[in-house]
Parts: sequence; structure tokens; C-alpha cells
Amino acid sequence: MAKYILKRFALGIVTIWAVITITFILMHSVPGNPFATESRKIPPNIMENLMKKYGLDKPKSEQYIMYLKNIAKFDFGESMKSDSETVNQIIARGFPVSARLGLQSILIALIFGPALGAIAALYQNKIPDYVAMIISIIGVSVPSFVLGSFLIQFVATKVEWIPIGGWGEFRHTLLPSFALAVMPLARFSRLMRSSMLEILGQDYIKTAKSKGISKFAVIMKHAVRNAILPIISILGTTVSDLVVGSFVIEKIFGIPGLGQFFTTSVFNRDYTLIMGVTVFYALVLISAMLLVDIAYMLIDPRIRLTKEGH
Amino acid sequence: MSDMTYTKDMFQKVKRESYHADEIKRPTIKYWADVWRRLKMNKLAMTGLFILIIMGIMSIIGPHLSGFDYKEQDYSQVNIRPNSTYWFGTDELGRDLFSRAWLGTRYSLLIGIAAALIDFGIGVIYGGIAGISSRKVDAIMMRIAEVIYSIPYMLVVVLISVVFSTAGSGTSMFVLIFAMTITGWVPMANLVRGQVLQLREFEYSMASESLGASKGWILRKHIIPNSFGPILVNVTLTIPRAIFSEATLSFMGLGLQLPKPSLGTLANDGLAVMPIGLFYQILIPSILISLIMFSFNVLGDGLRDALDPRLRK
Amino acid sequence: MGKLLEVKDLAVSFQTYFGEVEAVRGVSFHVDKGETVALVGESGCGKSVTANSIMQLLPMPPAFYKNGQILFEGEDIVKKSDKEMQKIRGNKISMIFQDPMTSLNPTMKIGKQIIEGILKHQKLSRHEAKKKAIEMLELVSVPQPEKRINQYPHEFSGGMRQRVMIALAMVSNPELLIADEPTTALDVTVQAQILDLMKQIQDKLGTAIILITHDLGVVADISDRVIVMYAGKIMEEGTTDEIFKNPKHPYTRKLLGSVPRLDMDRNESLHSIEGTPPDLYRPPKGCPFFDRCDKAMVICKDHMPNKEYHSDSHYSYCWLNHPMAKAADEGSEI
Repeated sequence: MAKYILKRFALGIVTIWAVITITFILMHSVPGNPFATESRKIPPNIMENLMKKYGLDKPKSEQYIMYLKNIAKFDFGESMKSDSETVNQIIARGFPVSARLGLQSILIALIFGPALGAIAALYQNKIPDYVAMIISIIGVSVPSFVLGSFLIQFVATKVEWIPIGGWGEFRHTLLPSFALAVMPLARFSRLMRSSMLEILGQDYIKTAKSKGISKFAVIMKHAVRNAILPIISILGTTVSDLVVGSFVIEKIFGIPGLGQFFTTSVFNRDYTLIMGVTVFYALVLISAMLLVDIAYMLIDPRIRLTKEGH
Repeated sequence: MSDMTYTKDMFQKVKRESYHADEIKRPTIKYWADVWRRLKMNKLAMTGLFILIIMGIMSIIGPHLSGFDYKEQDYSQVNIRPNSTYWFGTDELGRDLFSRAWLGTRYSLLIGIAAALIDFGIGVIYGGIAGISSRKVDAIMMRIAEVIYSIPYMLVVVLISVVFSTAGSGTSMFVLIFAMTITGWVPMANLVRGQVLQLREFEYSMASESLGASKGWILRKHIIPNSFGPILVNVTLTIPRAIFSEATLSFMGLGLQLPKPSLGTLANDGLAVMPIGLFYQILIPSILISLIMFSFNVLGDGLRDALDPRLRK
Repeated sequence: MGKLLEVKDLAVSFQTYFGEVEAVRGVSFHVDKGETVALVGESGCGKSVTANSIMQLLPMPPAFYKNGQILFEGEDIVKKSDKEMQKIRGNKISMIFQDPMTSLNPTMKIGKQIIEGILKHQKLSRHEAKKKAIEMLELVSVPQPEKRINQYPHEFSGGMRQRVMIALAMVSNPELLIADEPTTALDVTVQAQILDLMKQIQDKLGTAIILITHDLGVVADISDRVIVMYAGKIMEEGTTDEIFKNPKHPYTRKLLGSVPRLDMDRNESLHSIEGTPPDLYRPPKGCPFFDRCDKAMVICKDHMPNKEYHSDSHYSYCWLNHPMAKAADEGSEI
């Protein structure tokens, strides 16, 4: 098992390196000089200083190695457009907000999604199944930006206690967390339904029933426990989708999260910030996937065995 | 039974030659006809197919129906709610939203289909090469694919849009599609590779046992029917994903080049005027995009169910 | 010995998209205390459906009891609610299944899987239940039970898993054990061990066994009586001796012909039975074996034969038993 984890870890490092390299190449292949798009004219001597400050006067290969070194130290450099803050500071300010939003959403999705799917499977082709499946089909079909704006229009403007946007108190987090949670919730419930249906047809469910234990125990201890495994395996990619969703949700609800900074940096063409945030996101996502992989292995004894190379 | 009278004839042995097996009791249906029959039974999938056909037609003729050009600005007719002249109303610049909405649908569909086809193309080539290569090359190629697939997809899309777009005017459709297919082809490649490996196994067993089946026969009878289904499902489910990505990107302001509308840019424009009470401007593209997503999703699900032989009875 | 189980005219069908499948069509038999009855037939003949309906383990719907009674200790199982069945399952009637690879929950330690049943039916503490589970594993000759109890199913071989399944089934000392093809998925050497184990346990605990199999070879040493099923009906029943030495139904003879015997000449070939059983969407009106029977007569096609007793314990359903068939046969030979 240790060997497998090590292998996954190495793959994660390679992926992060690939992201860093792609980001570097892309950012440095942008035509023109990064300061030229600004409206005010920059005198040549100041420009020279700027180039020096960001190391842009050095050869590309040297810049690349320097960048790698800095990232290894978790130093993403200084923002090109914000004089007062480094990229690290901006991440430190935005990430906790985004992380809270993301965690709350995934919690909502993890509590309600599998439950909905399990109920659908247990009542296959009956009314609860249809209701659950309609909810989840709508859930995967309605993009989060649509849902977010509808929530503002029909909930936030009607219910006084719920704010239209902003951040700070718990009530600020309600609508955005929900809007962000719907897509993964729907996906979990669909996956849960199909895996639950498969598991319910397994021989060991019959064995469990033949022991005389109650229906509830059969479902909870034997069916749900096994049916939930595929959901754990897609948690990693779900986190990745949540990040994308958060870009949009943060924009709609005016939440000062990392996604907002990222979007703004893209518009400002703040290259160090774009690169920094991209690499940071990649780090977070790839670690999340690695963690999910390891967790999956700990939960499913079969995987443990096969990955040991038997 | 006691009232039955037995005659000697009844106890004559049956001659097997004169006896033919009873008529085939269950109708045997050809594979694809069978798939289609099961798909037709799935009302949700058929609804999806129907909506898609309607939307496809409207995306072609819709922009010409209202008599207003999509980019024609009329400052005397700004932010008009839907009425008999402007069926979907007008936007901030007085452009007809009916024409724009269906043109947006056209671009969204085009982007989705193009992305799915390119994924398919790259996937077939890459997966095919990996499948017929030596074990070592195959392993390396698959490792590379794995790395590419674990690169967070949207980050790359955003980066590429940044690099190739000219500031303030959005991205060209080509770049957008290119960006979206960078990681999207990997599942398809895996699928194709799996099928090719299976083919090789077939060939191997054919060669060793010399059963006399031609390669073409195996391809026609086994590989294509077996792989066509999963690939079709994959394509059907890739389209909405690409449409969704484009819409999200456009909504963030990184989408299509102005003044070309996509459903995402229309929704983005709509969001801007939502606070001043013009909800219809975001409502219409939202409904259209949700309908597209819904239809592709249920159609993809329906196809998968229809193709799954385990569900066949 | 009293009758432990009595199945009377049982009919079970499945409602499918194409229509009703009549899987079991009027089956009657009984099992006495402590005896072993074998239910034999090809796959799809309704033997497993019969067994599962004794435990009410069929998925309902699509399955439903169409007719008949299943009397266990005098009470009709068909009429029992799921709550009432829970007190019977694993307690008075237990079951083991064909594939030990898939019959155990892959993500649960086997100890826990055994203990679960003990806690349900016996007033024991968790600690006592664990001790009991270890005892049971010892009984079925699983080595190092204290250690094995904390392992997962995939750490066991197929034979060992089937032993675990037997331990699991026997924890509450049931009156009746239904073994649904218990050896089919196992290696031949392991098959004999498992059958041996079942016999030992039966001797020790006095459990009655219904052994379901498609393989008459498995039946010979272990069972007291044999019931031959085909296309949802019983074709012949008798003591093991009667079935092996004096089979009356052509189907039984064919089944016997497909079993390898030690006394067989090397040149003698095994006979497989040609053709396939009839489709139970539209079961035939007459004898279901008609299509594949080389002794078939005109009457067989549309008329189901009557039950004909050859001894107190031996009967079959076949038109060949009819006096006129014998007459016709003799007539043709002359």
C-alpha cells in the first residue's frame, strides 16, 4: 500500500510540475510586455526598473528555474498590479473565504446527495424515485450561475434576513453554499442511485437478509456502506468542479474569495497573480485528489489488496 | 383427467424428423433496432431528443425570424420587455434578444459539438496508438494522459483564454474549443485503447486457434458494436460539459468575442441588469442553456441504459 | 419423524416486461426433521426459486407467490410478514449460496458478519457473541479463528469462504439449512470437503438440509431423498437409491447419464442432454420435457402426465408409466 501511495504522490508532483510549466510557458508567450496594456504611459527608465523587479530582464530559462525555486518555498512573488500585497498575502486573504464556501457546499452535497440517491434506489420506479431523479436531473442541468441569480431574484430579494450578497456572517453563506452545492448534490444522488441498485442485487445482500437482520440494518450496514464508495472516488474531481463553480458564485454574490481575485487578475492581466493562483489551485486540487485516493483505499479493503500488487 | 379417453394413437412414438421445434417464441430483434426500441420507451430521453431537435432547428432559423439583426443597436428601444414586436425583449443597447438568444444557442451547440468531435478525434488517435504500441510505450502514453487529466481543467481553459484573447473583446471560438479539448480527450482515449486491446486479444486467439474468422468480421461483429455504444454515450455527455464550460467562461467574461453572443455572455449581460429589475434578460438564456443541458443529459442517460446489455430482458 | 417443512402446490411467477414467467408451477414435497433432500435439475428449472421462496428471499416484485403453501412447523411462510420472517431467517431456516466469492460483504470483517446474526437471534453480549463466532469457525475447521475473525473476505480462499458461510448459517442452530449449489463454484477437491463438512455438522446438530444442485454426482453420498425438477415442475421423486438404481423418468435417466461414474468404461462417453429447456414465458401444455425426450409420444405434447407411484416413496410424472404406453411399446417390438 505504501508503494501505491508513494506512486500516487509522485504522480501528483509530476502533475503540479506540469501545471507550473504550462502556466509559465503560457504566461510568457503572451505577446508584448505585461505592463504595456496599462493605460498610462510608463517612462522607459521606470519600465526598466519594473522589468528588473520582476526578473523579466533575465533569460527565460533562468526565470523558469527561479520560479520553480520560489514555488518550492511557497513564494508566489509579488502582484504586478497591487503595490501593497504579495500574491501570498492575497491568497491568504481570499482562500479561507473560498474554502469555507467550498466546504459548506460539499458538506450539504454529501449529506443530502447520497441520501436522495439511496431513497430513489430503494423505491425504484416509484414516486420517491421519480421525485429524486427529477431533482437531480434539474440539479445537473441548471448551471450554478443560473441557480445563483435565480436565488437572488426569488429568495434574497424577498426574504429580508437573507442578504443579496456580501460576506461575513453565517446568513451570507446560505444562498451561495446552496447554489454551489446543487450540482455535486445532484451528481452524488445519481451515482448513489445506480451504485445502490447494483449493490442491492449483490449476493451478499441476500446473505445479510438470510441472517434475519432487519431491513434497515441490511440497507444501512451492507448496502449503503458499499454503495457510497464510488461517491468517495469522485470526491476529488468534485472538488475541482467546486472551484470552477466558486469563480461564478463568488462573482454573483460578491464574495471576496480567491475566485474573485483570480477573475480580477485575469482581467487586469496581473500575470504573477494569475500564475500564483493557478499553481495554488493546482496544489490544492491535486492534494485533495491524493487524499481522496488514500481515504478510499483505507475504506475499501479490496483496493488495499489489489494496489499492494497481489 | 379421468374423463379423458386414451387411444392407441396417442401412445405412438413421435418421429423426430417430422417434428420441428415450435416457432421461435421470443422475437429476436437486431441489436440497434433493439437499442432504439428501448430508447423509444424511455420517455425522458425522447423528450430530450425532441427538445434538441427543436432547438437545433431554431438555432438555424431563429435568428432570421424576428426581422431584427442580432447586432443592430437601436437606442430608442433599450431594455424593452418581451412584447409582440420584440418577442424576447431588447437589451441595454436595444438589440433584439430573440435573434441573439437563438444565435447564442447556435454558438453554444456548435462549441459543444465541435469540442466533443475533437475529443473524439484525438481520443481515437491517441487511444488507438497506445493500444497498438508496445507495452512500454502504451504505459508511458497512458501515464502522460493520466497527468494531463489530473490537471484542473478549467484553470487551463482560463489560462489559454487569457493568453489568446485580446484584452476586453473576449476569445475567438476556435481558441475556446481548443482550450476545452486540452484535457477532455483523455476519457475517450482510455475507451478506445481498451477496445483496441480487446481487438488484439481477439486477433491473438484467432491466430492461435485459427478459427478462420477474418479481421473485418471481428471488427464488424464484435469491436464496432461493442465500442460504438460507450463512445456514443461519451460523446453525448461531453457535449453538455463543453457547453457548460463555455457558458461558465462567458459568464465570467472570458467567453466569445463580442459582439457574437453565446448563452453564457447573454446571461452575463442579463446579470448586470438584474438589480434594476430586468430579470427577463437573464431568464431567457438561463432557460435555454438549462434545456440544452437537460436534454443532452437525459439523452445520454437513456442511451447508456438502452445500450446496457445487463438491463436486457 | 415429523414433517419439518411441507411445500404444497407452490407456484411462483415473475412479472417481466414481456409478460409473466412461470418459474415454479405447482410443486409439492416435504422435508422431515434431520434428513437431507436434494433438489436436482438444470439451471432455470425452478429449484433455486423454490428454495428462495422458502426463505421469502425473492425480490417482490417482480416475483410473486401465485398459489400454494409453504408450511414450516405447521405455519404458512407465504402468509408471513417481513417482521415475522426475520425471526425465522438465520434462526430456524438458514441458507448458503452458490458463490462464496460474492456472498460475503467485501468491506466487512467476517467476524462482524457472523456476530451480526448471533446478536439478532440470541441473547448474548457482544463479547459472548464473538466467542461464539470463534467457536463456529472452529466447528467448520477454519484454522486460527481468533485471527481470521478480523480479516476481510478477500483474504480467504473460495473453500474457506464457503466454510465461513456455513458457520454464519449455523450460528443459531437452525432446523433447516438450504444449500443453494454450495459446491458449484468450488474446485473438485474442495467440493468434497465442503459436502463432508455439511454432513458432519448435520450429524452433530441434527439439521435438515435441502441441497440444491444441478449435479447428481454431488447428491449420492449426502442425500436421503432426491427430487428431480424440470421447467418449474417435479418430474420424479424417490429415495436416493431408487433414483440412482431405478430411475423412471427419461429426464432423470438423462441426468444420470451425464454424471461420470467410476465403474464406467473408458470408451463409454458421457451423454449431455441435447436441446434447451422450454421458455417459461409460455410454458408447454403437456410434458415440458417433450421437446428433448427420445421416448416422446403423441400424447406427451399436449397432455401433462399424472403422478404415478412406483413405491411409497417413489413417484414420477410420465406417460410411459401408462399401461397403454407399455402395450404400444411391446406392440412395436413384435
